[in-house]
Amino acid sequence: MARHVIAAAADIPPGGRKIVTVQGREVGVFNLGGEFYALLNRCPHQGGALCLGRQVGLVTSSEPGRYDYSRPGEMLKCPWHGWEFDIRTGQSWCDPDDLRVRRYTVQVEPGEALAKGPFVAETFTVSVEQDYLVVEI
Amino acid sequence: MTPDDVRVLESGPLPIEDRLRRVDCDVHHSLRSLEDLKPFLSRRWWDHLQSYGLRMPVPFSGSSPYPKATPALSRTDSWPPVGGPPGSDLDFMREQLLDRYDIQHGLLHLLYPCGMDQRNQAFGAALCRAINEWVVAAWTSQEPRLKAAISVPGEDAAAAVAEIEHWAGHPGFVQVAMATHSIEPLGRRRYWPIYEAAVGQSYPIGLHTSGYNGNAITPAGWPSFYVEEQHGVAISQQGVAISLVTEGVFARLPELRVVVVEAGFAWVPSVAWRLDRHWSRMRDEVPHLVRPPSEYIRENLWFTTQPMDEPERPRDLRHILDWIGWDRVLFASDYPHWDMDSPELGFRLRMTAEERRAIYGGNARAVYGLA
Repeated sequence: MARHVIAAAADIPPGGRKIVTVQGREVGVFNLGGEFYALLNRCPHQGGALCLGRQVGLVTSSEPGRYDYSRPGEMLKCPWHGWEFDIRTGQSWCDPDDLRVRRYTVQVEPGEALAKGPFVAETFTVSVEQDYLVVEI
Repeated sequence: MTPDDVRVLESGPLPIEDRLRRVDCDVHHSLRSLEDLKPFLSRRWWDHLQSYGLRMPVPFSGSSPYPKATPALSRTDSWPPVGGPPGSDLDFMREQLLDRYDIQHGLLHLLYPCGMDQRNQAFGAALCRAINEWVVAAWTSQEPRLKAAISVPGEDAAAAVAEIEHWAGHPGFVQVAMATHSIEPLGRRRYWPIYEAAVGQSYPIGLHTSGYNGNAITPAGWPSFYVEEQHGVAISQQGVAISLVTEGVFARLPELRVVVVEAGFAWVPSVAWRLDRHWSRMRDEVPHLVRPPSEYIRENLWFTTQPMDEPERPRDLRHILDWIGWDRVLFASDYPHWDMDSPELGFRLRMTAEERRAIYGGNARAVYGLA
Protein backbone atom coordinates (compact mmCIF):
# COMPACT_ATOMS: atom_id res chain seq x y z
CA MET A 1 0.00 0.00 0.00
CA ALA A 2 1.25 3.40 -0.89
CA ARG A 3 -0.28 6.82 -0.56
CA HIS A 4 -0.74 8.70 -3.80
CA VAL A 5 -1.36 12.40 -4.20
CA ILE A 6 -4.02 12.52 -6.89
CA ALA A 7 -5.33 16.10 -7.03
CA ALA A 8 -5.43 19.44 -5.33
CA ALA A 9 -8.48 19.48 -3.08
CA ALA A 10 -9.74 22.61 -4.82
CA ASP A 11 -9.79 20.75 -8.15
CA ILE A 12 -12.89 18.83 -7.11
CA PRO A 13 -15.60 21.17 -5.81
CA PRO A 14 -18.62 19.86 -3.86
CA GLY A 15 -20.74 17.75 -6.21
CA GLY A 16 -17.76 17.29 -8.53
CA ARG A 17 -15.71 14.28 -9.43
CA LYS A 18 -12.46 13.37 -11.11
CA ILE A 19 -11.26 10.14 -12.67
CA VAL A 20 -7.59 9.45 -11.99
CA THR A 21 -5.29 6.57 -12.83
CA VAL A 22 -3.22 5.26 -9.95
CA GLN A 23 -0.93 2.28 -10.43
CA GLY A 24 -2.79 1.32 -13.60
CA ARG A 25 -6.15 1.46 -11.83
CA GLU A 26 -8.82 3.95 -12.77
CA VAL A 27 -10.35 5.49 -9.69
CA GLY A 28 -13.20 7.99 -9.44
CA VAL A 29 -12.85 10.59 -6.68
CA PHE A 30 -16.07 12.30 -5.53
CA ASN A 31 -16.69 15.35 -3.38
CA LEU A 32 -19.93 14.99 -1.43
CA GLY A 33 -20.47 18.17 0.54
CA GLY A 34 -16.79 18.61 1.29
CA GLU A 35 -16.12 14.93 2.06
CA PHE A 36 -14.09 12.94 -0.42
CA TYR A 37 -14.69 9.36 -1.51
CA ALA A 38 -12.88 7.18 -4.04
CA LEU A 39 -14.25 4.17 -5.91
CA LEU A 40 -12.74 1.81 -8.47
CA ASN A 41 -13.99 2.78 -11.93
CA ARG A 42 -15.31 -0.68 -12.66
CA CYS A 43 -18.79 -1.90 -11.88
CA PRO A 44 -18.71 -5.21 -9.99
CA HIS A 45 -21.79 -6.37 -11.90
CA GLN A 46 -20.49 -6.57 -15.48
CA GLY A 47 -17.47 -4.31 -15.65
CA GLY A 48 -18.94 -1.00 -16.88
CA ALA A 49 -17.08 2.26 -16.23
CA LEU A 50 -19.08 2.94 -13.07
CA CYS A 51 -17.54 6.29 -12.15
CA LEU A 52 -18.75 7.84 -15.42
CA GLY A 53 -22.33 7.21 -14.33
CA ARG A 54 -24.92 9.73 -13.18
CA GLN A 55 -25.08 10.79 -9.55
CA VAL A 56 -28.65 10.40 -8.39
CA GLY A 57 -30.62 10.44 -5.18
CA LEU A 58 -32.26 7.56 -3.41
CA VAL A 59 -35.91 6.94 -4.28
CA THR A 60 -37.69 4.86 -1.66
CA SER A 61 -41.29 4.04 -0.94
CA SER A 62 -42.98 2.89 2.24
CA GLU A 63 -46.15 1.98 0.34
CA PRO A 64 -47.54 2.35 -3.20
CA GLY A 65 -48.33 5.99 -3.83
CA ARG A 66 -45.86 7.34 -1.30
CA TYR A 67 -42.39 8.19 -2.58
CA ASP A 68 -39.42 9.69 -0.84
CA TYR A 69 -36.38 11.18 -2.47
CA SER A 70 -33.38 11.54 -0.25
CA ARG A 71 -29.61 11.87 -0.34
CA PRO A 72 -29.47 13.74 -3.68
CA GLY A 73 -26.25 13.10 -5.56
CA GLU A 74 -24.99 10.45 -3.18
CA MET A 75 -25.83 7.42 -5.29
CA LEU A 76 -23.85 6.50 -8.39
CA LYS A 77 -25.71 4.83 -11.25
CA CYS A 78 -23.70 2.64 -13.64
CA PRO A 79 -23.79 3.81 -17.29
CA TRP A 80 -24.63 0.27 -18.39
CA HIS A 81 -27.36 -1.44 -16.37
CA GLY A 82 -28.15 1.37 -13.99
CA TRP A 83 -27.09 -0.50 -10.85
CA GLU A 84 -26.87 2.00 -8.01
CA PHE A 85 -24.04 2.22 -5.52
CA ASP A 86 -23.71 4.29 -2.38
CA ILE A 87 -20.73 6.55 -3.04
CA ARG A 88 -19.93 6.72 0.69
CA THR A 89 -19.69 2.97 1.21
CA GLY A 90 -19.44 1.39 -2.24
CA GLN A 91 -22.39 -0.77 -1.32
CA SER A 92 -24.74 -1.93 -4.05
CA TRP A 93 -28.36 -0.95 -3.68
CA CYS A 94 -29.42 -3.84 -5.96
CA ASP A 95 -27.49 -6.59 -4.23
CA PRO A 96 -26.22 -5.22 -0.91
CA ASP A 97 -25.18 -8.55 0.56
CA ASP A 98 -22.99 -9.82 -2.25
CA LEU A 99 -21.79 -6.84 -4.15
CA ARG A 100 -19.87 -3.72 -3.43
CA VAL A 101 -17.53 -1.66 -5.49
CA ARG A 102 -13.95 -1.42 -4.29
CA ARG A 103 -13.47 1.82 -2.36
CA TYR A 104 -10.32 3.59 -1.29
CA THR A 105 -9.59 5.94 1.54
CA VAL A 106 -9.15 9.58 0.57
CA GLN A 107 -7.54 12.06 2.91
CA VAL A 108 -7.04 15.77 2.63
CA GLU A 109 -3.47 16.70 3.48
CA PRO A 110 -1.80 20.10 3.57
CA GLY A 111 0.89 20.59 0.97
CA GLU A 112 3.33 21.43 3.69
CA ALA A 113 3.06 17.91 5.13
CA LEU A 114 3.18 16.26 1.73
CA ALA A 115 6.34 18.03 0.66
CA LYS A 116 8.15 15.96 3.32
CA GLY A 117 6.85 12.63 1.97
CA PRO A 118 6.83 9.69 1.85
CA PHE A 119 4.19 10.08 -0.77
CA VAL A 120 3.95 9.34 -4.46
CA ALA A 121 3.13 12.44 -6.43
CA GLU A 122 3.16 11.02 -9.91
CA THR A 123 1.84 13.69 -12.14
CA PHE A 124 2.26 17.08 -10.60
CA THR A 125 4.22 19.21 -8.22
CA VAL A 126 2.97 19.66 -4.68
CA SER A 127 3.09 23.20 -3.38
CA VAL A 128 2.99 24.02 0.28
CA GLU A 129 0.17 26.54 0.02
CA GLN A 130 -2.57 24.13 -0.99
CA ASP A 131 -4.43 21.11 0.37
CA TYR A 132 -4.20 17.86 -1.57
CA LEU A 133 -6.16 14.65 -1.89
CA VAL A 134 -4.24 11.52 -1.00
CA VAL A 135 -5.54 8.06 -1.92
CA GLU A 136 -4.26 4.91 -0.31
CA ILE A 137 -3.80 2.07 -2.78
CA MET B 1 -9.07 -8.44 -10.19
CA THR B 2 -9.76 -9.30 -6.56
CA PRO B 3 -12.93 -10.57 -4.92
CA ASP B 4 -13.41 -7.07 -3.61
CA ASP B 5 -13.52 -5.67 -7.09
CA VAL B 6 -15.76 -8.17 -8.77
CA ARG B 7 -18.10 -10.77 -7.41
CA VAL B 8 -16.24 -14.06 -7.73
CA LEU B 9 -17.26 -15.58 -11.02
CA GLU B 10 -18.14 -19.19 -11.42
CA SER B 11 -16.19 -19.24 -14.65
CA GLY B 12 -12.45 -19.10 -14.50
CA PRO B 13 -10.00 -17.28 -16.73
CA LEU B 14 -9.65 -18.51 -20.24
CA PRO B 15 -6.56 -20.29 -21.57
CA ILE B 16 -5.16 -18.74 -24.73
CA GLU B 17 -5.79 -21.85 -26.81
CA ASP B 18 -9.53 -21.55 -26.03
CA ARG B 19 -9.85 -18.16 -27.67
CA LEU B 20 -13.53 -17.91 -28.30
CA ARG B 21 -13.98 -16.36 -31.73
CA ARG B 22 -17.13 -14.82 -30.35
CA VAL B 23 -20.19 -14.27 -32.50
CA ASP B 24 -22.45 -11.59 -31.08
CA CYS B 25 -25.96 -12.31 -32.32
CA ASP B 26 -27.53 -8.96 -31.43
CA VAL B 27 -25.73 -5.73 -32.27
CA HIS B 28 -27.61 -2.49 -32.88
CA HIS B 29 -26.38 -0.07 -35.47
CA SER B 30 -28.47 3.00 -36.07
CA LEU B 31 -29.04 5.82 -38.50
CA ARG B 32 -27.41 9.12 -37.62
CA SER B 33 -30.74 10.54 -38.78
CA LEU B 34 -33.36 9.64 -41.38
CA GLU B 35 -31.26 11.71 -43.82
CA ASP B 36 -28.95 8.68 -44.05
CA LEU B 37 -31.67 6.93 -46.04
CA LYS B 38 -32.17 9.78 -48.50
CA PRO B 39 -29.68 8.48 -51.09
CA PHE B 40 -31.49 5.15 -51.07
CA LEU B 41 -35.09 6.36 -51.33
CA SER B 42 -36.59 7.55 -54.59
CA ARG B 43 -37.54 11.20 -54.75
CA ARG B 44 -41.15 10.11 -54.49
CA TRP B 45 -40.69 8.21 -51.23
CA TRP B 46 -38.32 10.73 -49.69
CA ASP B 47 -40.95 13.42 -50.26
CA HIS B 48 -43.53 11.06 -48.80
CA LEU B 49 -41.41 10.58 -45.68
CA GLN B 50 -41.02 14.33 -45.32
CA SER B 51 -44.72 14.99 -45.78
CA TYR B 52 -46.32 12.11 -43.94
CA GLY B 53 -43.61 10.60 -41.79
CA LEU B 54 -43.47 7.12 -40.33
CA ARG B 55 -46.95 5.87 -39.45
CA MET B 56 -47.42 2.67 -37.52
CA PRO B 57 -50.67 0.94 -36.55
CA VAL B 58 -50.40 2.37 -33.06
CA PRO B 59 -51.18 5.58 -31.21
CA PHE B 60 -48.32 7.67 -29.81
CA SER B 61 -47.22 8.43 -33.35
CA GLY B 62 -43.79 10.04 -33.25
CA SER B 63 -42.88 8.62 -29.87
CA SER B 64 -42.58 5.24 -28.26
CA PRO B 65 -45.67 3.86 -26.57
CA TYR B 66 -43.41 2.53 -23.86
CA PRO B 67 -41.23 4.41 -21.46
CA LYS B 68 -37.55 3.57 -21.79
CA ALA B 69 -34.93 3.39 -19.10
CA THR B 70 -32.38 5.69 -20.60
CA PRO B 71 -31.94 8.03 -23.59
CA ALA B 72 -31.90 6.09 -26.87
CA LEU B 73 -32.35 2.99 -24.72
CA SER B 74 -28.58 2.93 -24.51
CA ARG B 75 -25.57 2.73 -22.25
CA THR B 76 -24.84 6.32 -21.30
CA ASP B 77 -21.22 5.84 -22.37
CA SER B 78 -22.14 4.70 -25.87
CA TRP B 79 -22.80 8.10 -27.47
CA PRO B 80 -20.11 8.44 -30.15
CA PRO B 81 -17.55 11.22 -29.58
CA VAL B 82 -18.13 12.36 -33.16
CA GLY B 83 -21.81 12.93 -32.46
CA GLY B 84 -24.92 11.05 -33.50
CA PRO B 85 -26.89 8.50 -31.50
CA PRO B 86 -25.44 5.30 -29.99
CA GLY B 87 -24.66 2.70 -32.62
CA SER B 88 -24.38 5.25 -35.44
CA ASP B 89 -20.58 5.41 -35.69
CA LEU B 90 -18.73 2.39 -36.99
CA ASP B 91 -15.36 3.37 -35.53
CA PHE B 92 -16.82 3.74 -32.07
CA MET B 93 -18.63 0.41 -32.41
CA ARG B 94 -15.30 -1.18 -33.30
CA GLU B 95 -13.71 0.38 -30.24
CA GLN B 96 -16.45 -0.41 -27.73
CA LEU B 97 -17.51 -3.81 -29.04
CA LEU B 98 -15.75 -5.54 -31.93
CA ASP B 99 -12.15 -4.85 -30.91
CA ARG B 100 -12.77 -4.58 -27.19
CA TYR B 101 -14.28 -8.06 -26.95
CA ASP B 102 -12.60 -9.76 -29.89
CA ILE B 103 -15.87 -10.30 -31.77
CA GLN B 104 -15.39 -12.40 -34.91
CA HIS B 105 -18.87 -11.62 -36.24
CA GLY B 106 -21.48 -9.15 -35.06
CA LEU B 107 -25.01 -9.68 -36.33
CA LEU B 108 -26.83 -6.40 -36.91
CA HIS B 109 -30.48 -5.75 -36.09
CA LEU B 110 -31.90 -2.36 -36.99
CA LEU B 111 -34.81 -1.35 -34.78
CA TYR B 112 -35.67 2.03 -36.26
CA PRO B 113 -37.18 2.69 -38.66
CA CYS B 114 -39.08 -0.53 -39.28
CA GLY B 115 -40.46 -1.09 -42.77
CA MET B 116 -42.71 -3.94 -41.72
CA ASP B 117 -44.93 -1.91 -39.44
CA GLN B 118 -45.61 0.97 -41.84
CA ARG B 119 -49.31 1.44 -42.51
CA ASN B 120 -48.52 2.50 -46.08
CA GLN B 121 -47.29 -0.82 -47.38
CA ALA B 122 -45.74 0.49 -50.58
CA PHE B 123 -43.75 2.95 -48.49
CA GLY B 124 -42.84 0.13 -46.11
CA ALA B 125 -41.42 -1.87 -49.02
CA ALA B 126 -39.42 1.14 -50.26
CA LEU B 127 -38.18 1.77 -46.73
CA CYS B 128 -36.99 -1.84 -46.38
CA ARG B 129 -35.09 -1.61 -49.66
CA ALA B 130 -33.48 1.67 -48.59
CA ILE B 131 -32.51 0.24 -45.19
CA ASN B 132 -30.95 -2.79 -46.88
CA GLU B 133 -29.04 -0.64 -49.39
CA TRP B 134 -27.83 1.59 -46.57
CA VAL B 135 -26.67 -1.24 -44.33
CA VAL B 136 -24.53 -2.63 -47.13
CA ALA B 137 -23.08 0.77 -48.07
CA ALA B 138 -22.46 2.07 -44.56
CA TRP B 139 -21.81 -1.07 -42.55
CA THR B 140 -21.22 -4.52 -43.99
CA SER B 141 -19.09 -3.35 -46.92
CA GLN B 142 -17.02 -1.25 -44.51
CA GLU B 143 -16.56 -3.90 -41.83
CA PRO B 144 -16.52 -7.57 -42.81
CA ARG B 145 -17.06 -8.66 -39.20
CA LEU B 146 -20.57 -7.22 -39.34
CA LYS B 147 -23.39 -9.17 -40.97
CA ALA B 148 -26.85 -7.77 -41.55
CA ALA B 149 -30.40 -9.06 -41.67
CA ILE B 150 -32.57 -8.44 -44.72
CA SER B 151 -35.37 -6.12 -43.59
CA VAL B 152 -38.61 -7.22 -45.21
CA PRO B 153 -42.08 -5.65 -45.39
CA GLY B 154 -43.52 -8.76 -43.80
CA GLU B 155 -47.19 -7.71 -43.81
CA ASP B 156 -47.03 -7.89 -47.62
CA ALA B 157 -45.67 -11.37 -48.19
CA ALA B 158 -45.15 -10.98 -51.95
CA ALA B 159 -43.07 -7.83 -51.44
CA ALA B 160 -41.14 -9.52 -48.64
CA VAL B 161 -40.33 -12.50 -50.86
CA ALA B 162 -39.17 -10.13 -53.60
CA GLU B 163 -36.86 -8.40 -51.11
CA ILE B 164 -35.35 -11.71 -50.02
CA GLU B 165 -34.78 -12.75 -53.60
CA HIS B 166 -33.27 -9.39 -54.48
CA TRP B 167 -30.52 -9.89 -51.91
CA ALA B 168 -30.10 -13.65 -52.09
CA GLY B 169 -26.45 -14.62 -52.01
CA HIS B 170 -25.20 -11.16 -51.03
CA PRO B 171 -22.30 -11.61 -48.59
CA GLY B 172 -23.51 -8.82 -46.31
CA PHE B 173 -26.66 -10.67 -45.22
CA VAL B 174 -27.02 -13.81 -43.13
CA GLN B 175 -30.70 -13.80 -42.17
CA VAL B 176 -34.12 -12.30 -42.76
CA ALA B 177 -35.51 -9.94 -40.10
CA MET B 178 -39.19 -9.55 -39.35
CA ALA B 179 -40.98 -7.48 -36.75
CA THR B 180 -42.39 -9.64 -33.97
CA HIS B 181 -45.29 -7.36 -33.07
CA SER B 182 -47.07 -8.14 -36.31
CA ILE B 183 -50.65 -7.63 -37.43
CA GLU B 184 -51.38 -11.32 -36.91
CA PRO B 185 -49.26 -13.79 -34.93
CA LEU B 186 -46.31 -14.80 -37.08
CA GLY B 187 -47.41 -18.41 -37.45
CA ARG B 188 -50.42 -17.40 -39.58
CA ARG B 189 -50.46 -18.52 -43.19
CA ARG B 190 -50.21 -15.01 -44.63
CA TYR B 191 -46.54 -15.09 -43.59
CA TRP B 192 -45.70 -18.55 -44.91
CA PRO B 193 -44.43 -17.45 -48.32
CA ILE B 194 -41.74 -15.49 -46.48
CA TYR B 195 -40.65 -18.60 -44.60
CA GLU B 196 -40.65 -20.62 -47.78
CA ALA B 197 -38.45 -18.03 -49.49
CA ALA B 198 -36.09 -18.00 -46.49
CA VAL B 199 -35.76 -21.78 -46.62
CA GLY B 200 -35.27 -21.58 -50.38
CA GLN B 201 -32.37 -19.17 -49.94
CA SER B 202 -31.04 -20.91 -46.79
CA TYR B 203 -31.60 -17.89 -44.55
CA PRO B 204 -32.70 -18.23 -40.95
CA ILE B 205 -35.46 -15.89 -39.81
CA GLY B 206 -34.18 -13.55 -37.07
CA LEU B 207 -36.98 -12.41 -34.80
CA HIS B 208 -35.77 -9.51 -32.73
CA THR B 209 -38.49 -8.02 -30.56
CA SER B 210 -39.62 -5.05 -32.61
CA GLY B 211 -42.42 -3.30 -34.40
CA TYR B 212 -45.78 -1.90 -33.38
CA ASN B 213 -49.09 -3.55 -34.08
CA GLY B 214 -51.41 -1.62 -31.82
CA ASN B 215 -51.59 -4.36 -29.21
CA ALA B 216 -50.23 -4.01 -25.71
CA ILE B 217 -47.07 -6.02 -25.24
CA THR B 218 -48.79 -8.37 -22.82
CA PRO B 219 -52.29 -9.83 -23.11
CA ALA B 220 -52.95 -8.37 -19.65
CA GLY B 221 -53.18 -4.85 -21.05
CA TRP B 222 -50.97 -1.80 -21.24
CA PRO B 223 -48.17 -1.76 -18.71
CA SER B 224 -47.59 1.22 -16.43
CA PHE B 225 -43.89 0.71 -15.93
CA TYR B 226 -40.88 0.00 -18.08
CA VAL B 227 -40.01 -2.88 -15.77
CA GLU B 228 -43.29 -4.48 -16.86
CA GLU B 229 -42.69 -3.80 -20.52
CA GLN B 230 -39.18 -5.18 -20.30
CA HIS B 231 -40.49 -8.51 -19.07
CA GLY B 232 -43.38 -8.33 -21.53
CA VAL B 233 -40.82 -8.70 -24.30
CA ALA B 234 -40.22 -12.30 -23.29
CA ILE B 235 -43.96 -12.96 -22.98
CA SER B 236 -44.62 -11.54 -26.44
CA GLN B 237 -41.88 -13.73 -27.92
CA GLN B 238 -43.46 -16.75 -26.26
CA GLY B 239 -46.64 -15.86 -28.14
CA VAL B 240 -44.68 -15.73 -31.39
CA ALA B 241 -42.97 -19.07 -30.76
CA ILE B 242 -46.25 -20.75 -29.78
CA SER B 243 -47.94 -19.40 -32.91
CA LEU B 244 -45.16 -20.67 -35.19
CA VAL B 245 -45.39 -24.13 -33.62
CA THR B 246 -49.16 -24.53 -33.36
CA GLU B 247 -50.01 -23.15 -36.80
CA GLY B 248 -47.78 -25.85 -38.27
CA VAL B 249 -45.05 -23.71 -39.79
CA PHE B 250 -42.36 -26.17 -38.72
CA ALA B 251 -44.46 -29.19 -39.63
CA ARG B 252 -44.70 -27.72 -43.12
CA LEU B 253 -41.11 -26.44 -43.30
CA PRO B 254 -38.89 -28.70 -41.23
CA GLU B 255 -35.77 -26.95 -42.54
CA LEU B 256 -36.85 -23.52 -41.30
CA ARG B 257 -34.50 -22.02 -38.72
CA VAL B 258 -35.92 -19.30 -36.50
CA VAL B 259 -33.72 -17.36 -34.08
CA VAL B 260 -35.58 -15.65 -31.25
CA VAL B 261 -33.58 -12.57 -30.26
CA GLU B 262 -33.66 -10.60 -27.03
CA ALA B 263 -36.16 -12.64 -25.09
CA GLY B 264 -33.85 -14.74 -22.89
CA PHE B 265 -34.31 -18.50 -22.81
CA ALA B 266 -35.19 -19.72 -19.31
CA TRP B 267 -38.90 -19.72 -20.17
CA VAL B 268 -38.50 -22.17 -23.05
CA PRO B 269 -38.84 -25.47 -21.15
CA SER B 270 -41.99 -24.46 -19.28
CA VAL B 271 -43.69 -23.28 -22.46
CA ALA B 272 -42.77 -26.55 -24.16
CA TRP B 273 -43.99 -28.68 -21.25
CA ARG B 274 -47.34 -26.95 -21.16
CA LEU B 275 -47.77 -27.16 -24.93
CA ASP B 276 -46.97 -30.86 -24.88
CA ARG B 277 -49.50 -31.44 -22.13
CA HIS B 278 -52.25 -29.62 -24.00
CA TRP B 279 -51.29 -31.18 -27.30
CA SER B 280 -51.59 -34.69 -25.90
CA ARG B 281 -55.20 -33.92 -24.89
CA MET B 282 -56.25 -31.78 -27.87
CA ARG B 283 -54.38 -33.44 -30.65
CA ASP B 284 -57.53 -33.61 -32.74
CA GLU B 285 -57.68 -29.81 -32.80
CA VAL B 286 -54.20 -29.52 -34.32
CA PRO B 287 -53.74 -32.81 -36.19
CA HIS B 288 -51.19 -31.09 -38.43
CA LEU B 289 -48.80 -31.28 -35.48
CA VAL B 290 -47.61 -34.82 -35.98
CA ARG B 291 -45.03 -34.53 -33.22
CA PRO B 292 -45.14 -33.00 -29.74
CA PRO B 293 -44.68 -29.20 -29.80
CA SER B 294 -41.50 -29.50 -27.77
CA GLU B 295 -39.83 -31.33 -30.62
CA TYR B 296 -40.48 -28.47 -33.06
CA ILE B 297 -39.24 -26.03 -30.45
CA ARG B 298 -36.01 -27.93 -29.99
CA GLU B 299 -35.41 -28.51 -33.67
CA ASN B 300 -36.48 -25.29 -35.36
CA LEU B 301 -35.92 -22.56 -32.80
CA TRP B 302 -32.73 -21.02 -31.47
CA PHE B 303 -32.54 -18.50 -28.66
CA THR B 304 -30.12 -15.70 -27.94
CA THR B 305 -28.91 -15.20 -24.39
CA GLN B 306 -29.57 -11.55 -23.71
CA PRO B 307 -31.07 -10.30 -21.48
CA MET B 308 -29.41 -13.02 -19.47
CA ASP B 309 -31.54 -14.85 -16.96
CA GLU B 310 -29.72 -14.41 -13.65
CA PRO B 311 -30.81 -17.01 -11.10
CA GLU B 312 -29.37 -16.60 -7.59
CA ARG B 313 -27.37 -19.76 -8.21
CA PRO B 314 -25.85 -19.42 -11.69
CA ARG B 315 -25.54 -23.19 -11.95
CA ASP B 316 -29.35 -23.47 -12.13
CA LEU B 317 -29.04 -22.30 -15.73
CA ARG B 318 -27.38 -25.60 -16.52
CA HIS B 319 -30.67 -27.49 -16.10
CA ILE B 320 -32.36 -25.12 -18.53
CA LEU B 321 -29.56 -25.42 -21.08
CA ASP B 322 -29.51 -29.18 -20.74
CA TRP B 323 -33.20 -29.25 -21.62
CA ILE B 324 -33.13 -26.79 -24.51
CA GLY B 325 -29.88 -28.19 -25.87
CA TRP B 326 -26.41 -26.66 -25.71
CA ASP B 327 -26.51 -26.24 -29.47
CA ARG B 328 -29.63 -24.05 -29.42
CA VAL B 329 -28.45 -21.04 -27.44
CA LEU B 330 -26.47 -18.18 -29.00
CA PHE B 331 -24.57 -15.44 -27.23
CA ALA B 332 -25.83 -11.89 -27.78
CA SER B 333 -24.72 -8.65 -26.17
CA ASP B 334 -27.38 -6.17 -27.39
CA TYR B 335 -24.72 -3.47 -27.67
CA PRO B 336 -25.15 -0.50 -27.24
CA HIS B 337 -28.39 -0.82 -25.31
CA TRP B 338 -28.49 -0.21 -21.58
CA ASP B 339 -29.20 -3.85 -20.77
CA MET B 340 -26.23 -5.10 -22.77
CA ASP B 341 -24.63 -8.28 -21.49
CA SER B 342 -20.86 -8.15 -21.34
CA PRO B 343 -19.22 -10.76 -23.61
CA GLU B 344 -16.83 -11.44 -20.74
CA LEU B 345 -18.98 -11.26 -17.65
CA GLY B 346 -22.54 -11.78 -18.84
CA PHE B 347 -22.58 -15.54 -18.31
CA ARG B 348 -21.92 -16.49 -14.68
CA LEU B 349 -22.45 -20.19 -15.20
CA ARG B 350 -19.33 -22.33 -15.04
CA MET B 351 -19.04 -24.00 -18.43
CA THR B 352 -16.66 -26.43 -20.04
CA ALA B 353 -14.44 -25.07 -22.80
CA GLU B 354 -16.55 -26.95 -25.32
CA GLU B 355 -19.84 -25.54 -23.99
CA ARG B 356 -18.38 -22.07 -23.95
CA ARG B 357 -17.16 -22.32 -27.52
CA ALA B 358 -20.60 -23.51 -28.64
CA ILE B 359 -22.59 -20.75 -26.97
CA TYR B 360 -20.18 -17.92 -27.70
CA GLY B 361 -19.70 -18.74 -31.36
CA GLY B 362 -19.94 -22.31 -32.59
CA ASN B 363 -23.73 -22.49 -32.50
CA ALA B 364 -24.10 -19.20 -34.34
CA ARG B 365 -21.56 -20.24 -36.97
CA ALA B 366 -23.60 -23.40 -37.54
CA VAL B 367 -27.01 -21.68 -37.71
CA TYR B 368 -25.84 -18.85 -39.93
CA GLY B 369 -23.33 -20.77 -42.01
CA LEU B 370 -20.48 -18.49 -40.95
CA ALA B 371 -16.86 -19.51 -41.34
